[in-house]
Amino acid sequence: MSECPTAIPFGTLTAEHHPHVGGKCASLGTMSQAGLPVPPGFAVTTQVFRDAKAFSGSEHRLVEIVDGALDRLAVITQDALEVVAAQAREVLMTWEIPEEHETRIRQMYDDLCALSGLEDVPVAVRSSSTAEDSPDASFAGEHDTYLWVCGIDDVLEKIRRCWASLYTGRAIMYRHELGYDRNDVDMAVAVQKMVRPRAAGVAFTLDPSNGDRSGICIDAAWGFGEGVVSGDVTPDNFLVDKVMWSISRRTISPKTHAHLLTEGESFGHPKVSRVSVPEDQVNVPSLTDEEIVTIARLARAAEKHYGCPQDIEWAVDDDLPRGEDAVLLQARPETVWSKRHHAVGAKPDPMASIVDTLVNPLYAKRRTQPA
Amino acid sequence: MADRFPSPFDISTPDGAEGWQELYTYSSLFGEERREYEDAAFWFHDGVHWPEALTPWDTTFMEFAIASLSQYNTRHYLIPPAYGVDFRILNGYVYLSPVPAPAEEIEARVPLFMERAGFYFGNWDRLYDDWLVKIRDLVKEMSALSFTSLPDMEELEVITSGAGKGSGNDLLASYHRLLDLSLTLWQYHFEFLNLGYAAYLDFFGFCKAAFPSIPDLAIAKMVAGVDVDLFRPDDELKKLARLAVSSGIDDRFVAGGDVATIWQKLEADEAGGAWIAEWERAAEPWFNFSTGSGFYHTDKIWIENTEVPVGYITDYIVKVKEGIDLDRPVDALHVERDRVVGEYRELLDSEEDREAFDAKLGLSRTVFPYVENHNFYVEHWAHSVLWRKMRDLGKVLESAGFIADTEDVFMFKRSELADVLWDLYAAWAVGAPARGPGYWPGEIQRRRHIHQALKEWSAPPALGIPPEVVTEPFTVMLWGITSDSVAAWLNSGEGDDEGVLSGFAASPGLVEGPARVIFSADQIGEIEDGEILVAPLTAPSWAPIFGKIKATVTDVGGMMSHAAIVCREYGLPAVTGTAFGTKTIKTGQMLRVDGNTGKVTILEG
Repeated sequence: MSECPTAIPFGTLTAEHHPHVGGKCASLGTMSQAGLPVPPGFAVTTQVFRDAKAFSGSEHRLVEIVDGALDRLAVITQDALEVVAAQAREVLMTWEIPEEHETRIRQMYDDLCALSGLEDVPVAVRSSSTAEDSPDASFAGEHDTYLWVCGIDDVLEKIRRCWASLYTGRAIMYRHELGYDRNDVDMAVAVQKMVRPRAAGVAFTLDPSNGDRSGICIDAAWGFGEGVVSGDVTPDNFLVDKVMWSISRRTISPKTHAHLLTEGESFGHPKVSRVSVPEDQVNVPSLTDEEIVTIARLARAAEKHYGCPQDIEWAVDDDLPRGEDAVLLQARPETVWSKRHHAVGAKPDPMASIVDTLVNPLYAKRRTQPA
Repeated sequence: MADRFPSPFDISTPDGAEGWQELYTYSSLFGEERREYEDAAFWFHDGVHWPEALTPWDTTFMEFAIASLSQYNTRHYLIPPAYGVDFRILNGYVYLSPVPAPAEEIEARVPLFMERAGFYFGNWDRLYDDWLVKIRDLVKEMSALSFTSLPDMEELEVITSGAGKGSGNDLLASYHRLLDLSLTLWQYHFEFLNLGYAAYLDFFGFCKAAFPSIPDLAIAKMVAGVDVDLFRPDDELKKLARLAVSSGIDDRFVAGGDVATIWQKLEADEAGGAWIAEWERAAEPWFNFSTGSGFYHTDKIWIENTEVPVGYITDYIVKVKEGIDLDRPVDALHVERDRVVGEYRELLDSEEDREAFDAKLGLSRTVFPYVENHNFYVEHWAHSVLWRKMRDLGKVLESAGFIADTEDVFMFKRSELADVLWDLYAAWAVGAPARGPGYWPGEIQRRRHIHQALKEWSAPPALGIPPEVVTEPFTVMLWGITSDSVAAWLNSGEGDDEGVLSGFAASPGLVEGPARVIFSADQIGEIEDGEILVAPLTAPSWAPIFGKIKATVTDVGGMMSHAAIVCREYGLPAVTGTAFGTKTIKTGQMLRVDGNTGKVTILEG
């Protein structure tokens, strides 16, 4: 790559960009590339961070502060380290995003607004540091994340705050303990649309009722997925065959409640509350057949990508255009059935197996199980 | 929910059908002599093969077929848990009852079955090649049978060759031979079929054990062949349509045009003549194709009702000229089949399972060409020849004044017909009047009235006491009858789910559209683009209409019924075996057909 761009949408973010976007963004890019549609957004690259640093002329000042602290590490107290870290952040918050970069970021945010059909689309602004690339350091929660950020000015402000979160006492210590060069760490930032789900839920890439690996089992309810996860709404349930993509079972539950955005704020965020569902929506399937299959395909893509059965969280974002609105929020390995062995153990002799089939027909076996 | 179906002894005779029993073989009637056995059994109406009331002679192929099926189970291969299928005719309709092998015999039958069936599975390809030769020879012999009026005087050659026997003897012998060959035909039909289904069921059971929720049609798709003889007649029509366009003679085919006129125009020049030569090449054997199941003498056969295939060709010509690709996407179907197999295989838990899967799929695919192809050779080709010969015989009787119309020959019972021919022969031999011309026309008139009354009767889906579970594998496989469908029949009319019919999810997809209810091949012309076909069942020869319709709903049939196979081929949703589809649904009603769940919903109308 001749020059690192300012910002890269997740959908076009490929492996060659990974050195410039940090671990978080790299992972979102990889998922997009694997056909796992994460909520849309873009990575603000480390180039912006580095140019802002160079442009500020305060790089030496920052090095002095950090070196000063770490050189005295044996004697410095936790409190003193925090004071030093606060000084470093103060320096960093004076950095300006160079105009050329700012213009590009504005453009990308505008594009996201246009895609969502919203004037100031709420986004999450997440830190994505290059140190996160390391496979043995998660840096989980070390750096800042801001949810429900609205409007470009606030987005630009939160990008700089994410940069500054490189210099918390804990982050400085963590890098030090893991042996990173104390000042050679860059920060990229992920700007990602906040999902406003029409429906959401979970999906298993097997049938949890019997371990059938050919099934994808989807639980779905109106609004945010919290109710499905916590169990305070009874979700619709669908079983999709992952080879034929047919819906082999559907159970529509009375969904009397849903978790939805409501008026008012809590901790500076819009509020999600459990509310009653209008009567005419209670017994309506929360997903169309097309959406069911889309979500099943999404779960299957995750299973193929990660190479083992998955337990995913998904949502259908009401703001996004039809056909692009099903998004993957989280994927983790399924742990119950996938560890169990469930071989069929058919009789190896074909004739003996045929006799068994004729003498103990399937339809007799099937009826002995609960429907 | 009721716990049993009506007793066969409680079914009354439809008005105007009094005396119907005289139309059928005495042994195929319910009767006091076997009442205890008959009343304790479960009987289901076989609407898959015999949806309508049978005429007396048409019961022949039914009796031959079911007896032959049974014989292979009971006496040849000793299928461990299953004897044959018993059959009865009630009010002209066919009722079947699977007979289980006595529990104490099953164990002893196992090694015998393994030896006998094992031989067939082990030598399948060779035996099937032999079969194809046997069946062609049989059809050839049937074709050579000749039924002509008895001469006033034997040819001189009969004398000079020292033949020592005459035309009357030949006529009687030919009829006996026709019956013998027909029975042989049905023996051949079941030589492989039950074993083929057993192998398929074994693979089916394995798939269900590995993947409890796997759709039945996924299993069918893995096994089904792509190049099947049953598609061949339709492929030949498409070829002829393309040839007509490419040789610039398509203007001679006009919708609704008279075939004789079309032929006249074709014969006028070289290109037309070449086209007719191609037609004739395709017609034997491929247009020996019935528009029905092949089990009714009234089923139209393409080669004798050329307006049917010519009509389809005319439709195809329009499509060819519009640039529509008529070819079945054979390559894509192969790719899709490989994908489905590959993905399920990969999902299996162990290498041992994958080995078992490969072996069972392999055996299923070995046996399946027979399962898929036999139908063309037997029900279509051979039956076409047999119906033709019977009509030749009818002409003999008609010209002798025994019957008023050739078609009346099917109003005789098959054994009775031997007596009729005896009457004809003896009178000819003696040179005196036969009794028949005075006796039969009136009797046949009476039988026609009875048959008409029977046709208007609606046969209940089942009789007697249902088994707790339907386990007989061939009942499930061949007739699509399961514990669930029995329960649905018992439930019917109790109206839990008004306007919703349940059947087999035979081909996936969800569509809505107006219904077109048709009862026979004669009504095929009524079907319009975008309609949902609702029929008792469909026949392979209806293939050309599957390009018009949006979905299919049938009264009878399971996952492997013709409608199911063809709809999967055409990518149309199908729900089969709804039992009451044609009775409940009216033409024009808006339907939602869900081929994923097997539900048909009447939306309005």
